Amino acid sequence: MMCIACAAAALDRGGVTLTRKESSTIPVEADSICPDRFAVLGPADIARLPAFYGRRQVTLGDLFEIDGAGANDITVTGDLSAVKKIGYGMTMGRVTVHGTVGPHTGAFMTGGELVVEGDAGDWLGAHMAGGRIVVEGSAGHFVGAAYSGETKGMRGGTILVKGSAGREAGARMRRGLIVVLGDVGEFAAAKMLAGSVFVGGTLGRRPGAGMKRGTVVGFGEAPDPLPTFRYTCTYRPVFMRYYLRHLRESGLVGDGQLDGESFRRYIGDLTNGGKGEVLVRAEPE
Amino acid sequence: MRVNGVEIEDTFAEAFGMWGTRLVVTAETEEWARTAAAAATGFATSIIGCGCEAGVNELAPGEGTPDGRPGVAVLVFTMSRKDMEKQLLLRVGQTIMTCATTACYDGLAGGEERLKIGGKLRYFGDGFQRSKLLEGRRLWRVPVMDGEFVVEESFGVTKSVGGGNFFIMAADLEHALAAAEAAVAAMRGVPGAVMPFPGGIVRSGSKVSSRYKGQNVSSNTPYCPTLRGFETSELREGENAVLEIVIDGLSEEAVAEATRVGVAAACTDGVLRISAGNYGGSLGQYKFALHDLVKS
Repeated sequence: MMCIACAAAALDRGGVTLTRKESSTIPVEADSICPDRFAVLGPADIARLPAFYGRRQVTLGDLFEIDGAGANDITVTGDLSAVKKIGYGMTMGRVTVHGTVGPHTGAFMTGGELVVEGDAGDWLGAHMAGGRIVVEGSAGHFVGAAYSGETKGMRGGTILVKGSAGREAGARMRRGLIVVLGDVGEFAAAKMLAGSVFVGGTLGRRPGAGMKRGTVVGFGEAPDPLPTFRYTCTYRPVFMRYYLRHLRESGLVGDGQLDGESFRRYIGDLTNGGKGEVLVRAEPE
Repeated sequence: MRVNGVEIEDTFAEAFGMWGTRLVVTAETEEWARTAAAAATGFATSIIGCGCEAGVNELAPGEGTPDGRPGVAVLVFTMSRKDMEKQLLLRVGQTIMTCATTACYDGLAGGEERLKIGGKLRYFGDGFQRSKLLEGRRLWRVPVMDGEFVVEESFGVTKSVGGGNFFIMAADLEHALAAAEAAVAAMRGVPGAVMPFPGGIVRSGSKVSSRYKGQNVSSNTPYCPTLRGFETSELREGENAVLEIVIDGLSEEAVAEATRVGVAAACTDGVLRISAGNYGGSLGQYKFALHDLVKS
């Protein structure tokens, strides 16, 4: 954390570009690629920030060419498919990733914006509490979910995946919004405590299994609900219009995406209080 | 000063501080939104006897509603925040929630303070209410028989201006009414200002005195044409009908603009004079000089 004046000064400075020096399948743990860490640092200082290359501790300068300074706009480019934890815990600024990025991207972030112009690995936005993540491609498993052993996953903010996502998207999430324009795998919003998961494509099997509260919305094909969910009605939820208008106005969702006004409502999971809901778009008559 | 041959008296309207809020009411159709807004602003003409003053305000040009459905804005004014909370709980709960297909959102996000309204009305849901939090705004979904009533957790309130006014003196009632109607029609387009009386027009203006004990206000006898022969009359020869327009606004600028627009529109055939009510500048915090407004 830094004071407001320092944060403002950091954001006022221009952007910094990190270019991966070489391709490698060896995992890189780069949680230091974060606007909060870059603030008030020059290129040389940024290059000295720590990272892990496999088991070996190195510096960012060992792995990336660093050009520019400042925390307002960080661009990361090159082969990043094995680079983990970019934007980990960020609270401000903007990070843009050119290409496909590894797991844990944007985990624990509380503010700012993280844009992935490719695919993202597993655990995208895990435990996120604020800010916004936009993935132009697809994401792996456990989007916005809780790490194993943790009771609460995502607690706020918005994650938009324009492609598809793997299984257990929004598992144990507590608050916030996950929008996947494509398909999601099974167990979306499993054990969800609260929050919203919108799926534009096919909703995988067993959505909302064990959910306590919260909302799962399927705009495309959806499986039969679990036996522990009960159909209540087909209606036009006003709050969905509020959400969709917000998503369209903020430019996250375009016209023709996530269309639908009428939904079949299933409440559940009755094994866990039954205060959650799965809304499935009703076919137009 | 004359506008279209109508004398604009060199005087000022005196207004006072109030608390104001702005609700955005939406529904499946504009007709239902207006029905709800009309119900919510019913019996809200004067703070003296109604507990609040309220009116329907058109949405600002280009302003969409939070859920994209047809909607209107409702402005409510009270003397205190406590009164505002009481009035909003009653009016949102009894008139907007009960009206088919409606939803009610905060229309004053930048208010100086916030009042928890939806956060209290939610208990009507009997434990089946659900909340949604998006970008810092919490909505409550209260189950009702046509689906769900969506209401925002809290509403912004801000220091406002109440009691702006002007009088239209005409040769007869027909011309006074036509001028007043024209004024109100023009003023309804001013964002952040409402005319809380029926049709936006007051025929029974009041003065803050009475010859009877326990009666704090009484008819504005100096402006009653049937009493023109008395010494206290403020009416001139030929002025046979007077109508008043009272204006409440979320800001001094809104009241000034509404007054300016209204006075200009009221200068029509048969109108002899435009004046304004004040207490010599001793009561209100705000003064709206007619000449200054017309010149602007």
